Amino acid sequence: MIASKIRQILIGKRAGSVTLKYPFEPRPSEPGYRGRVTVDTDKCVGCGGCADVCPARCILITDVSPFIRIIRRYLDRCIHCGRCEEVCAYDALHLDGEYELATTDRKDLFIEQKLFMGTCNRCGRCYIPPTPLDRLMVVGFRKDEDLDGETI
Amino acid sequence: MKEGFIRKFHSKAFGRSLWVFHTNVGACNGCDIEVLDVLTPFFDVERFGIKLVGSPRHADVLLVTGPVTRPMVEPLKRLYEAVPSPKLVVAIGACAVGGCVWFDTYNVIGGVDKVIPVDIYIPGCPPKPEAIIYGVALALGLVPKKVGPAIESHEIPMEVEDILKELTPSRPVALPVNPDGKNDNGKQDGEGA
Ligand code: SF4
Ligand code: SF4
Ligand code: SF4
Repeated sequence: MIASKIRQILIGKRAGSVTLKYPFEPRPSEPGYRGRVTVDTDKCVGCGGCADVCPARCILITDVSPFIRIIRRYLDRCIHCGRCEEVCAYDALHLDGEYELATTDRKDLFIEQKLFMGTCNRCGRCYIPPTPLDRLMVVGFRKDEDLDGETI
Repeated sequence: MKEGFIRKFHSKAFGRSLWVFHTNVGACNGCDIEVLDVLTPFFDVERFGIKLVGSPRHADVLLVTGPVTRPMVEPLKRLYEAVPSPKLVVAIGACAVGGCVWFDTYNVIGGVDKVIPVDIYIPGCPPKPEAIIYGVALALGLVPKKVGPAIESHEIPMEVEDILKELTPSRPVALPVNPDGKNDNGKQDGEGA
């Protein structure tokens, strides 16, 4: 009986300990793990491509005025599928592999972005000017006198 | 207030063992496998004294996975009442936290916190076993919380602000879906549950 216990201890010693030390030691995620969604508001142009493909419909778009588009991201129900990162043509979204997202309030997983957009002269709704420089130039409305003799 | 409660809970329960009862209220089993995973020798939450028990009356902590399907609403409430106080409810997975891709499906309530109060949310579909351990460590007060809400904005030129003051919205402003519990059609989420 005692001999068998000693044998067990010896076998256990030979195998060593396999248990992770986490959370007392940091453990970075493996390469390729997707994790949390982060967004760079300066790069985002508000095209809404990410909202179109999100299977959990986390990403909601509201045009509060002709110049301002608000994008709300409810990442509490995000399934970390990475489709938004794949579709974003402006490299604004990244899944950074962070997994330590546990929280006591699910509003902590919410991102709101206020984006400055161009305005369509006909319908008055937001559209995406092609470059950030163009975005600076959409202030005010084009007048026909500006065309400087050109005909349409 | 919640943080305070958790600290009180922690001072009461830490040093002793937390016994957990695991329940599935409509999960796809992905999260349940991860919960099993953290009990294996590799991740080994038993080093924190955490032990899975077979009855809610023996438990301190209720682990819930799944988006709460309508038939599971009443059983979940009864389960919550069966756990003796003080109790902690941990929602594991995007389903339990916010309803995942089923948050506005007709037979799904979409989130455990619409039925019973939740103390710790662990998002992810499914969360990594390490993420669950992190949530447990957060409950025990061993690690700090890392996430917070973000509100970001482009730089908006002054002229635009002036123009905006004179303009009225070009079309009605749509309602946000959560956390006010309204979906895009203006209906209440989980209505009639
Ligand atoms: S796809 Fe990229 S650029 Fe377009 S709205 Fe989403 S984050 Fe912004
Ligand atoms: S990772 Fe997937 S679920 Fe999460 S925001 Fe992006 S598209 Fe939506
Ligand atoms: S969060 Fe994802 S893995 Fe977990 S039960 Fe829901 S669908 Fe399944």
